[in-house]
Amino acid sequence: MMSQLLSYLSLPLVHLILSLVVILAFLGVNGIVLIYVERKVAGFIQRRPGPYEVGPWGLLQPLADALKLLSKQLVTPMGADKILFWAAPILSFAPVVICFMPMPVSPMFTGMEMNLGLILILAFTSLNVLALCLAGWSSNNKYSLLGAARAVSQSVAYEIPLLITVLAIAFQTGSLNLSEIVASQTKGIWSWNIFVQPIAFIIYIIAVTAETNRAPFDLPEAESELTAGFHTEYAGMHFGLFFLAEYSYMIVVCAVATVLFLGGWHGPFLSGPFWFILKTYALILVLMWFRWTFPRVRFDQLLNICWKWLIPLSLINLVLTALLVKIVR
Amino acid sequence: MTNIIFYLAAGVAILSTFMVITRLNAVHALLYLIVSLLSVALIFFILGAPFAAALEVIIYAGAIMILFIFVIMMLNLGPPAIEKERLLLKPGMWLGPGLLAAILLIELVLILTGPGSATKAAEVPPRAVGLTLFGPYVLGVELASILLLAGLVGAFHLARKERND
Repeated sequence: MMSQLLSYLSLPLVHLILSLVVILAFLGVNGIVLIYVERKVAGFIQRRPGPYEVGPWGLLQPLADALKLLSKQLVTPMGADKILFWAAPILSFAPVVICFMPMPVSPMFTGMEMNLGLILILAFTSLNVLALCLAGWSSNNKYSLLGAARAVSQSVAYEIPLLITVLAIAFQTGSLNLSEIVASQTKGIWSWNIFVQPIAFIIYIIAVTAETNRAPFDLPEAESELTAGFHTEYAGMHFGLFFLAEYSYMIVVCAVATVLFLGGWHGPFLSGPFWFILKTYALILVLMWFRWTFPRVRFDQLLNICWKWLIPLSLINLVLTALLVKIVR
Repeated sequence: MTNIIFYLAAGVAILSTFMVITRLNAVHALLYLIVSLLSVALIFFILGAPFAAALEVIIYAGAIMILFIFVIMMLNLGPPAIEKERLLLKPGMWLGPGLLAAILLIELVLILTGPGSATKAAEVPPRAVGLTLFGPYVLGVELASILLLAGLVGAFHLARKERND
């Protein structure tokens, strides 16, 4: 019985479906954990206890939040484009599932081994902004539209330094396969790309903070000026899906950063997946730390950082990398 | 299996392209165009060109189309524009483009049924794409980049503030 089940596992289609189910379950649990962590971290940084009423140390708070969102009525505003209004939250969440497929969690465990893994992830994370755009437009609300406009101009701008820095890493490794990029960093801690390419790491972290619409770059949903930005009109689980998508994108970009810069599953004593998850969540804590310590930038400042600093810097980094690769080989 | 996926993707591509032309609302039309581009990306993938497929998703569906939607959203044309579109879709308007498209279709069918039609290729890795682009086709790449530079300079000129002095 058991051996028969295992032989089914080696079929590509079964493997694919199983990976998708595991990824979906993981994303759900991840969302719940991150809501709790974010609220606790925010509490500690602002010298207050954070959630502590529901369950021991407030551990059941995210479950209560999720139940509240589930039980709320789904409202469609008047004059909204009904189909697009309903489709936008789903479109926001759906592409993120594919982004996990080529992730090398350990030397043995990868959803889908392919030599284009990095490009695939970049392709499907860039589709998120389409969903935000549709959400803003179909809501028939001026704040939503403004939020969507900001989301588009921000994410199109920050995608450029992101792609260029990732390209520099690909130059250095000579491959777009995530497993090979990790394999090139297994010669001890100093071979990690964070030490080889420190500028690329800094540019990457800034760019993904903007790409995932996190504070200090959360202008598409800046509540002090735009109510709630592109998801102003969304209630209940529609809003919940946007929320889940944001946390899922956070973990995608942090996992990619782990693979590109922190040596992926590589580490002493513990086995691969532990190190991978440990590094990914450490990076997520850094993003949360950003959110609660930096004030929100102004919109022109945001675009100036990208066009006047990050893009030239990433281009210089790319040229330097190309030169060094040529000299070393 | 791959044949079924191919025909499904091709069907979706043709249907969604047809919808692009006939939709009255510009945003809906662009969304159908994105669906069409994604299914073309799937076809690329099946034909053994995953790199081209990924670039199609990043550049066309991810960047260019989103900028199109952005511009149309900002214009926020509304019902009058839809009325105007409806007038443009009168049968008389179809005559000229329909004729030209029919000629192209006949040509395409003749080429496809003729000898030496396209066969299924082996998978092309990204390295091979790069080597071909910067080997035999380096002149084309350089020409394309000069064109892009010209476009960039032109855009800068158009968007520049006029100084009154």
